[in-house]
Amino acid sequence: MRQKMRALMLVAPLLIFVVVTFIVPILSMLFRSVENDIVPNTIPGTVIALSQWDGSSGEPPHENVYRNLYIDLFKAEEAKQHTRLGSRLNYEQSGLSSLFRTTGRSLDDIGELWQDPLEDIDPNFEEGSFWFEMMSGSGGEDFLETRRELMALMSDEDMNGDVGFVPSEEIIQLLPWTARAYTDFALWAAIRDGDTVAEEDPWESVYGALGMDLTNPDTVSAINSYNGAGASALQAAAANIDQLPQFGFREAFTEEDKDWGSADIWATIKLYSPSMTPGYFLNSVDMTLTPDGIVMKPENQQIYTTLFMRTLIMALIITASCIVLGYPVAWLLANLPMRTASILMILVLLPFWTSLLVRTSAWKVLLQQQGVINEILVWLGFVNDADRLVLMNNATGTVIAMTHILLPFMILPLYSVMKTIPPSYQRAAKSLGATNWTAFWRVYFPQSVPGIGAGSILVFILAIGYYITPEIVGGTDGVFISNRIAYHISSSLNWGLAAALGSILLVVVLGLYWCYDKIVGIDNVKLGG
Amino acid sequence: MADGASNEAFVEFERVQKSYDGETLVVKDLNLTMPKGEFLTMLGPSGSGKTTCLMMLAGFETATHGDIRLGGVSINDIPPHKRGIGMVFQNYALFPHMTIAENLAFPLEVRKLGKAEQEEKVKRALDMVEMGSFGGRRPAQLSGGQQQRVALARALVFEPELVLMDEPLGALDKQLREKMQFEITHLAHQLGITTVYVTHDQTEALTMSDRVAVFDDGRIQQLAPPDKLYEQPENSFVAQFIGENNTLEGVIKEIKGNTCVVQLDGGEIIDAVPVNVSQVGERTRVSIRPERVEYNRDRLHADAHTLKAEVLEFIYMGDIFRTRLRVAGNDEFIIKTRNAPDQVRLKPGQEIEIGWLAEDCRALDAS
Repeated sequence: MRQKMRALMLVAPLLIFVVVTFIVPILSMLFRSVENDIVPNTIPGTVIALSQWDGSSGEPPHENVYRNLYIDLFKAEEAKQHTRLGSRLNYEQSGLSSLFRTTGRSLDDIGELWQDPLEDIDPNFEEGSFWFEMMSGSGGEDFLETRRELMALMSDEDMNGDVGFVPSEEIIQLLPWTARAYTDFALWAAIRDGDTVAEEDPWESVYGALGMDLTNPDTVSAINSYNGAGASALQAAAANIDQLPQFGFREAFTEEDKDWGSADIWATIKLYSPSMTPGYFLNSVDMTLTPDGIVMKPENQQIYTTLFMRTLIMALIITASCIVLGYPVAWLLANLPMRTASILMILVLLPFWTSLLVRTSAWKVLLQQQGVINEILVWLGFVNDADRLVLMNNATGTVIAMTHILLPFMILPLYSVMKTIPPSYQRAAKSLGATNWTAFWRVYFPQSVPGIGAGSILVFILAIGYYITPEIVGGTDGVFISNRIAYHISSSLNWGLAAALGSILLVVVLGLYWCYDKIVGIDNVKLGG
Repeated sequence: MADGASNEAFVEFERVQKSYDGETLVVKDLNLTMPKGEFLTMLGPSGSGKTTCLMMLAGFETATHGDIRLGGVSINDIPPHKRGIGMVFQNYALFPHMTIAENLAFPLEVRKLGKAEQEEKVKRALDMVEMGSFGGRRPAQLSGGQQQRVALARALVFEPELVLMDEPLGALDKQLREKMQFEITHLAHQLGITTVYVTHDQTEALTMSDRVAVFDDGRIQQLAPPDKLYEQPENSFVAQFIGENNTLEGVIKEIKGNTCVVQLDGGEIIDAVPVNVSQVGERTRVSIRPERVEYNRDRLHADAHTLKAEVLEFIYMGDIFRTRLRVAGNDEFIIKTRNAPDQVRLKPGQEIEIGWLAEDCRALDAS
């Protein structure tokens, strides 16, 4: 037991390193490819309200959904989270990003539609301290905690701390919308801004929320029998409902952008409401999730299946050329006298001592239309000056450069396997009457197959995930799926899609490895010895 | 020599030389003639050139100079696969990716024999080495002895007239090696094949061969049947290399036809047979086999010279006794006596007198 512990301690640094730098990132990538928390976290109330809506009706959702959207979006805008939500939904339907951005800017204006008349009715509504007095009380601790949690999820920040405000249970019952909006405001002001809630003017959304409450006749009658703090102001507002806007939040949103009245937009939001989504994976195989089910994307938007196929086929071509070019070299290495072989070995290893970027750039110099190869061909008269070969910025360039770069990975395993084949086998074959070719093909080659297998796996798996070389010499025809993944990681910032593409690549490689094991047998792969 | 062997030369080496680097000769002026059906062993220490000779015969090395003929035809320019020589390698060289049957069928296949004929020959060859039921296995699934049999069968399956064996029993344990030695000789004589066998094990060479060629320093030191080689070595190297041997240094005193008198460096006088000494006064090294030394005077000629000896060590070896003596200043003088009922067991410290028949004691070159 002690011995085992000691052994474990010895491997622990590596184990921890591998777990932290390899296994955890892979798991996080797998998780990210289906994760969709941003929608339910940013607009939680809207998502719940939207679940009642039947998208197939073609009608925009009920007023209740817009009210929730207003409350959710207002605090998201305060936390600057609404644009992230917009970007996320924009992957599924273009235009949503700008819709959320512009709407975010006009949320204050919508609130003021109610704020101005309310302040006209009773100037007390202008006072932060009045609001504080009216909303505070006791019994609303649970309510406060619920709102605190939602706020933390939405803003991705720690919202713990003393708010200096507890909503009154009576007001929560009387004015449910207002209580939500005001509690959100109080949390944000106290914890994020570090202000005293009583001294701050409430958000515009609080006025909007009061407007929502006042549209309910039951609330109006309840206000009339209410005698807590701020009762007179509330009763004045209830008595002058006709001075408040005579339309709902649906109209208010639609007024700002008519897209809010479109059932399509809401269908998309509803589709991506769950916290897990197959959307990224569907995107990765050129499909999309619609309210009518999973469908193929329009043909002009299908790129990923083509890219995956191209990556596979080109990796196979590169592997095959590595076998063809590497086999004779490995054979020479294994059969030449020591001195010559070690010089040759240095030539094989030389590329390893040069930066990958430098090697690839060197290929750029060689392959371009005014480059070394074309110049020589023109000079020798093999090619007309007018139609120089296009060797770069296409698949040809990628295949040439990557074959060169991956060649050592084929030669080295082949060499180490060939080194273990005793020359007496070929001698025996010849003494038994085989010609040189038969002796090679029937006796030597079958024994070198494990080396080909090992080299092929190495080269193929390296090739399928290659990035730098195709990026530099591949142009558009010669890029791999990894270039697209890199684009989504660093340029479009669509990490979910990048993760889904990466996961598919991982599964494809593992699948091929499994097939290889079934067909060739992984025991037959030798890296030497 | 085997029955049916003719005296006509089948394998001939004529003034063959071999050098790898163009400076030092590994094989120096090799001349050898083998009749058909002979079992010839090339014996020698490592680096003596015996394996090079075998490789030249097989065609894997080319002679730098000279002619190698097979059945009267020079084979210098014939590539190995057209020589039709069967060969058994030191590590068997069974193709690991083929089954035993496929291994055996390989030479038949490259000769484009029909499937049925192939199968029949493979079966016959496997039965011949008593491996009939192993056709479907892979070489790695067989023991060393079994692999050895298969390698032999593979070298014989295409019915070559000449078979070369390069230390084929080197990897086997003693008992198995002795069994295989018998089987190989038996098979070779039964099939009437000409065999060239390379080994550095002298017992193997003596027990198996019709003739043995002892190699040293790129030359054949002696080419003779085993009994002649053992009993009548022609020079010191052969005497030393084959079997156990006692040597005493001295000077020739007198040569009278088939016998000579040698004065040892300690002053003692002994009788010997002059082998490669020619004149009185020449230095010589006399050689006597341990089992030919007598200490029972009754068994010697009345006029035989004797030497005083002191027993140093007595070793009981079961079938024989091995006694170490000090004779004429040599502490390593060994005598071997059969464990017979009337045999005397010598004790250390005992003083005895030893002698031998003059014809068992050979005066050889001093080098």
